[in-house]
Amino acid sequence: MTATVSTPNTVPDALPDDRAHLRLRDLAPYYGAKLAVRPVTLDIPRNRITAIIGPSGTGKSTLIRSLNRLHETIPGARATGSAFLLDEDIYDPRVDPAQVRRRIGMVFQQPNPLRGRTIAGNVAMGLDLEGSSRADRERIVEEALTRAALFDEVKDRLDKPAVSLSGGQQQRLCIARTLAMRPDVILMDEPCSALDPIATLRIEDLMRELARDVTIVIVTHNMQQAARVSDQTVFITLGDDGSGEVVEVGPTEQIFTVPADPRTEQYITGRVG
Amino acid sequence: MASNIATRPSLIEASGRRQRRRRTSSLFVGLTAAATVLALVPLLLIISYVVVQGFQALSIDFFTQTFKPVTIGTASTGSGGVLHAIVGSLLIVSVALAMAVPIGVMAGIYLSEYPGTSASNVIRFSTDVLTAMPSIVVGVVAYVLIVQRANQFSAVAGSIALMVLMVPVVTRTTEEILRLVPGAVREAAIALGVPKWRFTLNVVIPMGLSGIVTGILLAFARAMGETAPLLVTVLGNNNLTWDIFGPMQALPLIAYRYTEQPFAVLNQQAWGAALILVTIVLAANVLVRLATRRTTRSR
Repeated sequence: MTATVSTPNTVPDALPDDRAHLRLRDLAPYYGAKLAVRPVTLDIPRNRITAIIGPSGTGKSTLIRSLNRLHETIPGARATGSAFLLDEDIYDPRVDPAQVRRRIGMVFQQPNPLRGRTIAGNVAMGLDLEGSSRADRERIVEEALTRAALFDEVKDRLDKPAVSLSGGQQQRLCIARTLAMRPDVILMDEPCSALDPIATLRIEDLMRELARDVTIVIVTHNMQQAARVSDQTVFITLGDDGSGEVVEVGPTEQIFTVPADPRTEQYITGRVG
Repeated sequence: MASNIATRPSLIEASGRRQRRRRTSSLFVGLTAAATVLALVPLLLIISYVVVQGFQALSIDFFTQTFKPVTIGTASTGSGGVLHAIVGSLLIVSVALAMAVPIGVMAGIYLSEYPGTSASNVIRFSTDVLTAMPSIVVGVVAYVLIVQRANQFSAVAGSIALMVLMVPVVTRTTEEILRLVPGAVREAAIALGVPKWRFTLNVVIPMGLSGIVTGILLAFARAMGETAPLLVTVLGNNNLTWDIFGPMQALPLIAYRYTEQPFAVLNQQAWGAALILVTIVLAANVLVRLATRRTTRSR
């Protein structure tokens, strides 16, 4: 492996834009009548990595899935409140959810390349499904694979089935597929939990690389991972009423060294969860 | 527990005790095998009897001639053929297929892509009821609604009756196969911001194509052999006709009516018609096997 493990919490000196990229305002996902996460208000800074950590079943995935309106595709699921992508509320009734998902891409826990499609076909999946027969398809595929640090490994077999790749490669392929749509924000829902430690480190390096020009939100069970890659950490736990609750939001270093809330400290030090 | 390792019987001892279980096991394997053979015997008997009897009817005339009135001179030799019924059956079922496939496939897509809506629950229930509907009932309804009103027996009335019988088969197989498309695949496409209809058309349907084809072939095979609805709608016709708005002959009708005739040559032709039907149904089933075996094409 040539890539080095990046040092945690390296913040570029010059910020391209310090405005919050995503601003959640009382965003509250529901399953039917059940409140999944109590209204969340927080800012996700641009070109930074924000990690959402917390015990299982507290609504981390539900929350992140509300950020690209994927949550509502589950029958009975909905969300109240707002989430502003720069100045626009993605929950504005005039907004088409598909357009939100174009700008806010997502990578899932299990690598889910489309079986029966080639490596290149998977990267171009979004373009193909859009019905666009773009002349620059090949260039976009190459660019996306390069950004996902996969191109050198697969450049000689772009027309081979995607399932011939290893798990870690498949996950980077899924990242390339997302990148091909040129999103502003990428949501990652436990992207490394199906991968071995080496593949995990490669993805983490890749995330730091990508954070130069995209905003990343990652849900993770792995506290070390959150500490390694993220700039900001959101700690979420289960409230007394059985709904998830955001307990604390802050710079990762602060959350992991001097947490303000005792519940955060208990979780960080391994006494809870 | 480590404590009772010493008290465990040896492997050979333990194997000996298994003897009785093994005998019981082979007894039941034998019983299920016997039941399978028993179930297959009628199928083989039917097919072989139809082949033996029907084969004697086959001749060039049988496939190229239409009905010829039986006269004293021809009663024992050849007299005409069933070309008009072959053409009729294919026409009637093709028209039925042309109506049933779009309706059935689209209904199946709706049921699989919008499973929770009250409309889909109603459709699913009606489809199940329709699947179990006796075909003569459908035929009689077509008779009352179409034949009586138009004052005319017609092939198209038969096609409509067959369509009603085919739609539920196509709908349910389409729904079942499309539901097998994994949720992860759907989410992957949704998360890319692909409009649902594009994704359904370009991902879901290609993945389920072999299953959809299977449903269509099964519906085709079922419709080819249906007799009851045709009796009261297409009526039958002794001449070759391409006019779907008039009475028409069909293979199942020949198999049914010619069996009742006092002339050996017509009885023979009934067996011949039965053989053609069995061959078509078998061929459809073989095609189904081929269609389902082939994996999704890669691109």
